[in-house]
Amino acid sequence: MIKTFCKTQVEVKVSEDGYLEDMSQWNEEIAHEIAKEIGIELTDKHFEVINYLREKTEAKEPLTIRKVGKSGIVSIKELYQLFPKGPLKYSSKIAGIPKPTSCI
Amino acid sequence: MKNLLILGAGTSGTMMANHLISKLPKKEWSITVIDQFKTHYYQPGFLFLPFDIYTTKQVKKKGEKFIPKGANYIQKKIELIQPDENKVILEGGRVLDYDILIVATGTKIAPGEIEGMDGPMWYKNIFDFYTYEGAKALRNKLREWEGGKLVVHITEMPIKCPVAPLEFAFLADSFFKNKGMRDKVDITYVTPLGGAFTKPKATEALHHLLEEKGIKEVTDFNIERVDYENNKIIDYAETEVKYDLLVTVPTNMGDELIERSGMGDDLNYIPTDKATLQTKDHENIFAIGDATNLPASKAGSVAHFEAEILTENILRYIKGEPLRAEFDGHANCFIETGNGKALLIDFNYTHEPVEGTFPLPGIGPLKLLKESRTNHMGKMAFRWIYWNMLIKGRHIPFVSTNMTEKGKHFETLEK
Ligand SMILES: Cc1cc2nc3c(=O)[nH]c(=O)nc-3n(C[C@H](O)[C@H](O)[C@H](O)COP(=O)(O)OP(=O)(O)OC[C@H]3O[C@@H](n4cnc5c(N)ncnc54)[C@H](O)[C@@H]3O)c2cc1C
Repeated sequence: MIKTFCKTQVEVKVSEDGYLEDMSQWNEEIAHEIAKEIGIELTDKHFEVINYLREKTEAKEPLTIRKVGKSGIVSIKELYQLFPKGPLKYSSKIAGIPKPTSCI
Repeated sequence: MKNLLILGAGTSGTMMANHLISKLPKKEWSITVIDQFKTHYYQPGFLFLPFDIYTTKQVKKKGEKFIPKGANYIQKKIELIQPDENKVILEGGRVLDYDILIVATGTKIAPGEIEGMDGPMWYKNIFDFYTYEGAKALRNKLREWEGGKLVVHITEMPIKCPVAPLEFAFLADSFFKNKGMRDKVDITYVTPLGGAFTKPKATEALHHLLEEKGIKEVTDFNIERVDYENNKIIDYAETEVKYDLLVTVPTNMGDELIERSGMGDDLNYIPTDKATLQTKDHENIFAIGDATNLPASKAGSVAHFEAEILTENILRYIKGEPLRAEFDGHANCFIETGNGKALLIDFNYTHEPVEGTFPLPGIGPLKLLKESRTNHMGKMAFRWIYWNMLIKGRHIPFVSTNMTEKGKHFETLEK
């Protein structure tokens, strides 16, 4: 699927449920747009989490809520406050990384 | 004389001892297996113990009986691994040197990870069934429980045998039906996942079964704490689920030994090459079964497939040959669905559970992803196979290590 972000007018490939397929196509503008669709206003704290997620994904480390909670950036509780309802699902979507499959 | 040490005499460690004893030259290699307990438990039986389907005797035997003659067996707690010095230290201070180490210390529940879980109500109206003690205490509770709200709950993934909690819910449904009190029991299945199972194909089939049996589902529930005074579990999003009887699968973690030795990830699992089973940090240390961080199910059937590959790789390592990188994440498991029926699923790193038959292409007899009585018989036969063939390292007829694609209707997982 191809999705066009109106503000930036860039075309990026996304999966059926809206996750970026190529994380290198991501930029902060796109993050803001995805967040808006979900109903989240991004702050610096959000970006700290997002950058952490991107770093770990680049290093091919699997992501879990527990791991983010131990990152030293946010507690699990704070992660929920930043990304209500779907802490890992929404933060990953906004970070432009694949949908987390923390489970086997 | 060279030393090969196996840490843990559970499913994987026992299998490895039995595989290697006939393969390593006795004059050159001494094999030693270490475990803290006298008893070897048949863990899949813990699912049936609470419902009085199995007796306590059917799920435990003396561990040493399954260690081959010719291997040394030490019953002691392992205190520390010193990977840079090739030493293992036992409780009491005894030091063992090794040339090759196999870590097979498994995974266990850590209820202390969640506030209020193993507090004053633990084993009163909050139970696990992943331990012998938990399953037995729950059996005693179920014998006299008069009904109410039963909540079957998974704390966080990954857990060993990820289908066991679902099976528990199915078996509870038929248990209360048979007791003539199903109308007095409300069953809710609470999971941190977005659906009933980790693989979409199987989730669909299982969701359908839950609905059919009148079991409610609460998904995406990430527990923060148990409010044991008011009998409810609360998640990070402040969602609450009330219970009268909570049957939970607590966080699963590798043994503290792994943490103490500085060899694990944040859940004490050892980073391991997913094809060769060599640990990522030390070339003479291998890991198998639930103790690894492999993206495969933590299950006895997986350990069985891994054991054949690890045996070959250890022989190659000794000869200085390249390791045979082969494990494909093959898992298969029977899912008990209650009323004497079961379904069978078969999958690996890249393939979704499939519809079709197993293990004889085109013939069956076990049906994948379809409830049947034959599958239930298969699950029950597994106990016999486990004690008499599997942990003894005997080859199970018709079951190959890597997944066969014959007789199955495939859908490859999209990346
Ligand atoms: C309820 C339930 C149902 C299941 N159903 C199925 C099923 O249907 N099919 C299936 O294939 N699998 C099933 N499983 C999973 C299966 O039992 C495990 O995957 C399997 O036992 C893993 O083997 P292992 O050798 O890696 O770990 P384990 O068998 O757990 O062995 C680990 C051993 O290491 C020892 N150990 C750990 N730390 C130390 C230490 N510090 N010092 C000394 N000893 C130590 C322990 O005492 C233990 O004996 C089920 C599990 C449960 C709990």
